[in-house]
Amino acid sequence: MRKYTPKDNVQAKAKYTDRFWVAPRTPRSPVEGEHYEAALAKLKESVEVLDAWIELGQMLVTIRPEQNVDALRTLKEECGYAMCSELSAVDYLAQDGEFEIFYQLLNLAEAKRICVLTRIKENQAIESIVPLYAMAKFAEREMYDMFGIVVNNHPYLKRIIMPDDWEGHPLLKTYPLEGDEFASWYEVDKIFGKEYRDIIGPELRDPARIDRYDTQRFSRIGHEVPFGADPELVDETETPIEYSSDVLVDYNKGPHKVLDKRK
Amino acid sequence: MAQHQVNYASSGGLPVALTTVDKLLNWGRSNSLWPLTYGLACCAIEMMASGASRFDFDRMGVIFRASPRQADVMILAGTLSKKHAEFARRLYDQMAEPKWVISMGSCANTGGMFNTYATVQGVDRIIPVDIYLPGCAPRPETLQYAMMMLQKKIRREPADMKKRKLQRFV
Repeated sequence: MRKYTPKDNVQAKAKYTDRFWVAPRTPRSPVEGEHYEAALAKLKESVEVLDAWIELGQMLVTIRPEQNVDALRTLKEECGYAMCSELSAVDYLAQDGEFEIFYQLLNLAEAKRICVLTRIKENQAIESIVPLYAMAKFAEREMYDMFGIVVNNHPYLKRIIMPDDWEGHPLLKTYPLEGDEFASWYEVDKIFGKEYRDIIGPELRDPARIDRYDTQRFSRIGHEVPFGADPELVDETETPIEYSSDVLVDYNKGPHKVLDKRK
Repeated sequence: MAQHQVNYASSGGLPVALTTVDKLLNWGRSNSLWPLTYGLACCAIEMMASGASRFDFDRMGVIFRASPRQADVMILAGTLSKKHAEFARRLYDQMAEPKWVISMGSCANTGGMFNTYATVQGVDRIIPVDIYLPGCAPRPETLQYAMMMLQKKIRREPADMKKRKLQRFV
């Protein structure tokens, strides 16, 4: 989970300072507090709880995938978690060969949240929670569409975002961003037929490559290179990369007045 | 009672004007370009603004029609997803000849910022385009300018559709 950062005076600060900053893990603490301890005790009566902890003020519970409906029923009927605000999966296939499925629950009366986590193997199915939470009709369809996770006893398990005849599940980490062979010819195959591939040709995608010797489309900051100049005239000596603070005006430096209410 | 009087001195003594059939047909076509009411994404908001009172497309004879059977121009305003490409092509096929296409905005022209698996990388992969209109999103003035360019193009083409098709594919 991402930690909440206060949004005071954000305009005066640069949004990104370190390009390679890796967010540290938010600290975990043991389950404490009257509400969460009671909920965990009730949960332990009905299902096997593998792990439970508090992170950023909400309780996270790990359970076995076969017991997801029982666990959510206990939380809904006995602990007051009447709303499931989100449900999806995370692809950990490369690391562990597993998907992590999360159910984000909300107790509206006491303003408490519980996240129920469970892990399934690649070709394992999971039981639907539609009898408990109607929102799962769409959320589980999306999970099926994006990850290919089959949900048992779902009333209408069908792709929700991609076309019905699509191949592949786009939110898997193994799915290329620009699409596979099937995706790149999808509209041509569907409208004109495969024999028109040669006539229409492959997709032309912008590689977003920056060429320092291309003097027509790029200009180099700090160098006087006229438009369309001969590439041989371009100064080839390596110059250190100039950050915006060297070239542009740094509004963060220097004395400036910050309003009292923004401090 | 209105009295119609022919000024014989200024029209060569004849109450007629001479022109060609091509010019007459193209005059009619170019001054009553009816686009299809068809928006795909945020460019459609600019297209709607062009049709509304401030920019007022009606004064150019451009009146949005709700049926492809009545439309002459298709303005592809926005990102065309691969799922929707089939239906865009079907609407284009339902339009009666002669018909023209304006590709509005970066997404329709090239796929734009959506360099992904789900976006058609340029609507000219599925529909022949007459005018490419750059911008993200183009202002209503720009769309009106594109429509004026299309009018100019129509006035230059032969009115005969067979000739026009040949010219298009050369």
